[in-house]
Amino acid sequence: MTMLNIENLSAEVGGKTILNGLSLSINAGEIHAIMGPNGAGKSTLAYTLGGRPGYEVTGGSVRFLGEDLLAKEPHERAAAGLFLGFQYPVEIPGVSNVQFLRSALNAQRVARGQAELSGGDFLRLARAQADALGLAQDMLKRPVNVGFSGGEKKRNEMVQMGIIDPRLAILDETDSGLDIDALRVVGHGINTIMRKPDRAVLLITHYQRLLDYVKPDFVHVLAGGRIVRSGGAELALELEREGYGALAA
Amino acid sequence: MSDGTTLSKDDAPELRDQAARDAADKAATYEWGFVSDLEQEFAPKGLNEDIVRFISAKKNEPAWMLEWRLKAFRMWQGMTAPDWAKLNVPPIDYQDAYYYAAPKQKPSLSSLDELDPEIRRTYEKLGIPIEEQKVLAGVEGARKVAVDAVFDSVSVATTFREELKKAGVIFLSISEAIREYPELVRKWLGKVVPIHDNYFATLNSAVFSDGTFVYVPEGVRCPMELSTYFRINAANTGQFERTLIVCDKGAYVSYLEGCTAPQRDENQLHAAVVELVALDDAEIKYSTVQNWYPGDAEGRGGIYNFVTKRALCQGRNSKVSWTQVETGSAVTWKYPSCVLAGENSVGEFYSVAVTNNHQQADTGTKMIHLGKGSRSTIVSKGISAGKSNNTYRGLVRVGPTAEGVRNFTQCDSLLLGDQCGAHTVPYIEVRNPSAQIEHEATTSKISDDQLFYAMSRGLDQEAAVALIVNGFAREVLQQLPMEFAVEAQKLLGISLEGSVG
Repeated sequence: MTMLNIENLSAEVGGKTILNGLSLSINAGEIHAIMGPNGAGKSTLAYTLGGRPGYEVTGGSVRFLGEDLLAKEPHERAAAGLFLGFQYPVEIPGVSNVQFLRSALNAQRVARGQAELSGGDFLRLARAQADALGLAQDMLKRPVNVGFSGGEKKRNEMVQMGIIDPRLAILDETDSGLDIDALRVVGHGINTIMRKPDRAVLLITHYQRLLDYVKPDFVHVLAGGRIVRSGGAELALELEREGYGALAA
Repeated sequence: MSDGTTLSKDDAPELRDQAARDAADKAATYEWGFVSDLEQEFAPKGLNEDIVRFISAKKNEPAWMLEWRLKAFRMWQGMTAPDWAKLNVPPIDYQDAYYYAAPKQKPSLSSLDELDPEIRRTYEKLGIPIEEQKVLAGVEGARKVAVDAVFDSVSVATTFREELKKAGVIFLSISEAIREYPELVRKWLGKVVPIHDNYFATLNSAVFSDGTFVYVPEGVRCPMELSTYFRINAANTGQFERTLIVCDKGAYVSYLEGCTAPQRDENQLHAAVVELVALDDAEIKYSTVQNWYPGDAEGRGGIYNFVTKRALCQGRNSKVSWTQVETGSAVTWKYPSCVLAGENSVGEFYSVAVTNNHQQADTGTKMIHLGKGSRSTIVSKGISAGKSNNTYRGLVRVGPTAEGVRNFTQCDSLLLGDQCGAHTVPYIEVRNPSAQIEHEATTSKISDDQLFYAMSRGLDQEAAVALIVNGFAREVLQQLPMEFAVEAQKLLGISLEGSVG
């Protein structure tokens, strides 16, 4: 089943074209990695798919689970099953992680016509996810990402992903700034939460090292706003060895 | 009863009082499109000594009360409205308003069950919490929240009076208190906010229509939260509420005040006075949620809210805590203050003020440290959106003999959009070198990053704004009693609807 189908997508930011005819198809059960040099448009792809204001689509189409993704507001994309993991998770002072995630999850559930989770049920879910990803329980009570270390923020993204349980996760450089232990935890999180027949992952990464923990089914190279090469897991190793420079030629 | 009596300054006072009563009866028969179909009695439009006598007569007040009002009125005539606040207020025509409107006299109610269904419907429309609806309906086992319902200036019913009486707590409309406990009222009325205090307080002293009186006797912890809902329901009727709360030695009371007003076009003046007195070891917690009609998106209409609230921490170890959530009114001018006269007395001020569209708020507090070892905490959170202006104005003053005073002030401003203003005006006057005064201030904007992050997790834009704003105001909101806090959180979101994007 096709989960995400991007066709000839072009997008600009501040009048500057960043994505330039990008096409990509992801099926359920697959993990795709997108790699590429700085400025290739990796984060722009993530934000454009997430619907961030300021990222203007100038051409092409994106269908997610058969629906027109680009016609939806960011929160509607979330309710449809899209999760965006941030490279730089944002701090929200005064709002506890629990409060934030419960509001978000219940907003999604209401949008999907499901009943809201009670406080008790939500807490059980949140605690289980925090345990699974090695996030201390008291982090759930603390304001969203405030005073978290880089590693804690990324773990927190994974906890959020576990709680929200999306169909497709787009993870934007989730591995950046992580030490080896945190990398292992994040990798484990992606595998346990998303490595399922009806789920899919689009992993945006600069380095190969996360791919030691999450084995992708496909690797794509993004350069100049489009996919210039695709292959299997071995492509990542080749890139690691030879650099992106060889591709530009 | 005579008909068509004209009031004249040449008449003897007792004649004029009779004339005022007659005028009240006549006013009751006016053909008028009443907003909520309640039979109302209006004093004639305008403000003069006869109106003051009319109000006093309608309330069957003792002579000393009338004299007190008249003294204030004469003083007020020689005063001018203050203009130091960062507010742009059009001139108010004090003669173009009614100063008295009240539901027609009815037999005393034994409970709120017997309340006029029209008033009950108004309460429902205004979204009074379900728990209090239950209390209003007299549901068995409903949580005890005493509601002294102020409807169009006059308390029409008071619940739980008997139970409070058992505890020795007096909780009455101020009109009733003036009649039933004249010594107690006379002892404290105007002691914290004297009649000459300021233009609006003086006006209130002359024409206050009703309000609340609370007395908690020595050593008594008031067995329930006391709450009052204020309404403005008559077109062009100024609201002049008067509240007096006295907490005797070692006593405790928590008082909640909330208000909403139906929409209308005319500007309405609201000039309330609240006086709190805390004796030795007494504690008063006073919480307000204010959402008077703020005017429309173009800045037409809305309430002018000029409020004088002050607490006297007279006793040793006394404590007064003001918590306010201000979301309504076109203009807010309000500085709930503490005079910390008692040794080791404590004053607290927690405030969230939201302004949107063309609203203007100039609000803050005064902490006057006179007692040794007195301490105060000020936490102010201002949220500005639209084309509004939001000013924190606060004074911390330490008297020369007040040793070992401490104050901590935190003023944070949050901006939504780029057409609004946030201003912080702290005054610090220290006359004793042992004082420790701290002041912190921040100004920030809701960032696009925060909004997108919250939306990408499934919240729509308004829910995202409400969540971020509630986080910003959390320190203050958590000071509110639970049911009030929930209401206040919703209110912050509602007040900022349409302010982003």
